[in-house]
Amino acid sequence: MNYKIIARFISMILAIEAGFLCLPIVWAIIDKELQVIVSFLISAAAAGLLAFVLWLVSRNASRTYFAKEGMVCVGLSWIAISLCGALPFVLSGQIPNFLNALFEIVSGFTTTGASILTAVEGMSRAILFWRSFSHWLGGMGVLVFLLAIIPNNSRDSGLSMHLMRAESPGPSVSKLVPKMRQSAMILYLIYMALTVLDIIFLVFDMSFFEAVCTAFGTAGTGGFGIRNDSLASHSPYVQIVTTVFMTLFGINFACYYLLLMRKIKNVLKDEELRFYILFILISAGVIAVNIHSLYDSWGEAIRHSSFQVASVMTTTGFATADFNLWPTLSKCILLALMVIGSCAGSTGGGFKCFRILLIAKTAKRNLQQILHPQRIKLIRINGQVVDEKIIAGTGAYLGIYCFILLISTVLVGIDGGQSVLTSFTSVIACLNNIGPGLDAVGPTGNYAALAPLSKVVLIFDMLAGRLEIYPVLLLFSINTWRRKS
Amino acid sequence: MRITVAGCGKVGSALAKQLTNDNHDVTLIDTDPAVLNSLQERTDVMTAVGNCASMSVLREARIENCETLVAATGSDVINLLCCATARHLNPGIHTIARIRDPDYAAQARAMRQSFGLSLVVTPERLAAEEIHNLIKYPGFLKRQTLIKSNLKIVELQVDAKSPLRDVPLNSLYSTVKCQVLVCAVLRDGQATVPDGNFILKTGDRLFVTAQSENLSMLLKNLGVITHKAKKVILAGGGRIAFYLAEKLHASGISVTIIETNPETCTTLASLLPPDVNIVCGDASDMDLLENEGLPDSDTLVTLTGFDEQNMVISLYGNNCGIPQIITKISREENSRLMSTLPIGSVIVPRSLCCNDIITYIHDMDNRSGDAKAVHTIADGQADAYEFSVGPELQHRCKIPLKNLKLKPNIRIAALSRGSSYAVIPYGDTELEVGDTLVIVSIHNPDDSNLKQLNDIFA
Repeated sequence: MNYKIIARFISMILAIEAGFLCLPIVWAIIDKELQVIVSFLISAAAAGLLAFVLWLVSRNASRTYFAKEGMVCVGLSWIAISLCGALPFVLSGQIPNFLNALFEIVSGFTTTGASILTAVEGMSRAILFWRSFSHWLGGMGVLVFLLAIIPNNSRDSGLSMHLMRAESPGPSVSKLVPKMRQSAMILYLIYMALTVLDIIFLVFDMSFFEAVCTAFGTAGTGGFGIRNDSLASHSPYVQIVTTVFMTLFGINFACYYLLLMRKIKNVLKDEELRFYILFILISAGVIAVNIHSLYDSWGEAIRHSSFQVASVMTTTGFATADFNLWPTLSKCILLALMVIGSCAGSTGGGFKCFRILLIAKTAKRNLQQILHPQRIKLIRINGQVVDEKIIAGTGAYLGIYCFILLISTVLVGIDGGQSVLTSFTSVIACLNNIGPGLDAVGPTGNYAALAPLSKVVLIFDMLAGRLEIYPVLLLFSINTWRRKS
Repeated sequence: MRITVAGCGKVGSALAKQLTNDNHDVTLIDTDPAVLNSLQERTDVMTAVGNCASMSVLREARIENCETLVAATGSDVINLLCCATARHLNPGIHTIARIRDPDYAAQARAMRQSFGLSLVVTPERLAAEEIHNLIKYPGFLKRQTLIKSNLKIVELQVDAKSPLRDVPLNSLYSTVKCQVLVCAVLRDGQATVPDGNFILKTGDRLFVTAQSENLSMLLKNLGVITHKAKKVILAGGGRIAFYLAEKLHASGISVTIIETNPETCTTLASLLPPDVNIVCGDASDMDLLENEGLPDSDTLVTLTGFDEQNMVISLYGNNCGIPQIITKISREENSRLMSTLPIGSVIVPRSLCCNDIITYIHDMDNRSGDAKAVHTIADGQADAYEFSVGPELQHRCKIPLKNLKLKPNIRIAALSRGSSYAVIPYGDTELEVGDTLVIVSIHNPDDSNLKQLNDIFA
């Protein structure tokens, strides 16, 4: 294990975070909140100092590192930024309990949106900004950001496929252009452009601060609201704009690159995209029929159903209505969508449409092979034959995913105070980076009442869900840290 | 530059590595996804799986946006088809094909237009040329002529017996007793521009600028025997042996080829001129070698298909006291190890092929600029530019060179003035408007290449 190169990467990540920790100070200065300014300054200094120490330690790091180092590097970086990112909450006294603060910031960086705050409106604007900004940063990935800004020929460039692979969602990662740095830059530019567009649309009917925070929550498919009722008290216009943009951010970003390259046909034929859009439309339709008696008009029912479906499918977690009160069928559909999640290569979480599609096709093939054992059938997606290794890997991923889901549910169940539905959906909502679950952790509820152990388990689940399990799991494997392996 | 490399064998992967290091955008095509995956882990490249001669795969590799295509698969036919298809999809592309079969190679060169080829690389022919140069100009690994034809850049290696071993460059003159300048040194695969305190070591490859008339003096003082080779024995009758025998025969040197396979012998005999001796037998048989006159040959070249066998034969030749021994090694990994054994000059055809392609791509990159000519040296890691001093550089003239500050890794290697006067510059030399300068610069992917002479000054 090349510890020094890991230290070097974490040092760079922390340096970036230290820079970003200075952004919220602007709002604190506008609001003249001295304690908040100081808390952000101290946090930035702490992150900077840690980065400096790690940099000193790792000055003569050797360049040889492999997949193992890449994975560990990603896992540790996320833990490091979460620990530093939680500091302002504690220091400003707005979330005095460190575990709660950590839960909140992990929920932010992993774009979960699960909150322990009971009164959001009472928080300082700088704190709220930092919370929403963490969504934006975590959505595309902090390491991808690092890859985009590493100078072309510095000692640290290249060899970064491991990092990209470990942090980007989806079973297989491909670059858009030959150079890693340019690929990462293109991704971030598309991301920024869409975010700015969202802000422009929102600012017509919201204050600038609210528009920025909502856009960050939408872009990262995070879901931290800046009001207790999420987006329910905002105008229908804001809700519709957010529905559209949530859906857009749940699409594989490679599709946008293809659009820019004017390869519209390839985008329209993309099976994952079709699957994703189809699921949103059908679910929204069925739920609208199911809930229309609760609302005054069909229009309102469709608006609420499509917003909730888009929010849950893209794993954003905003809400305009308390779907906890909806009929059982609607809740079951939403629960299913929670697990499916968004497209691979988007900012969303969940199990990913691509994997569901692959598993469905594999299941169909395996059924056919029972009937005709001699037949050779290949799995194709977008006309391309999918390698059997990827199929096997997806099966294994499904296994680990279910395993973590079950173990976590049991662990959350130790705290006897919550219902089965609350325990189960809190794990589902965290592992898939959605935010709100059902029952006590539903759209109007929050995670404050859970026991400390449950929060620790959910923090693990959120990180595991965002980083697609392996990097986090590897950190806990003895083999990783053994000298000879 | 955007470059597609089709075929990820040893040449393809070596090219991918070097081209990404030079900051080119590289896309690789191969039929084996496992090979591509492992390459993608190690180098910053994009990949496409499939047959590189098919349109859809080339499109997937975005051939339309590429400036250069290198076809280096194992099959000549696929390489040719790949280049032709790429040229069809993108008429402006430069295509480089590796062609190994001598039949096709000649044909491909003749039909470059119809196949849409910019460059045909035949590794065996390159190796043969390289060996031929070694035999014709013993002592130098390579020589390049600059525009002023009485100036040369020669490459020579410091071997264990060389008087240059452990000599610091500022006392070089006392050893070689003529005006030469070491403008670049390749040590352990890394090129540097040395300063006066640089101490030469065994295994260094030196790039030296000198006036032609000083070359023989240089060789004499280095203790290199320069008598001309008259009788050469080639052990092994592969393609390199064929090309080499052709060339050596043309230069009037007597050639004997020893080959085990009778069929190959017959083919060679039918293709080569009748006075090339072809012997069917085992080249590792010492009696046979002796019988064929090894002890009084001037040069022994071992070209069999097995590195181990080549080494053993070369060691035997060394034992017999053959003045010049050249050993072909196929696996580059071996060549490092081999350099410690007394087996003479080592030739690695694969790296020659890579260097040739890199040189071509590099030259394409350099074409925009003021330089009158650019020569690539040191395995593509350094360039020798020829610039003339224009009037805009008036303020740099009439100043002794030692007072001009140059950027790091850049050296003024030669200066010529008028039609007859050419010198190897030293500290007190002064520039004049109208001079032609030879500038050696280590290739640096960070900043762009030298575009004009003024770029060399710090």
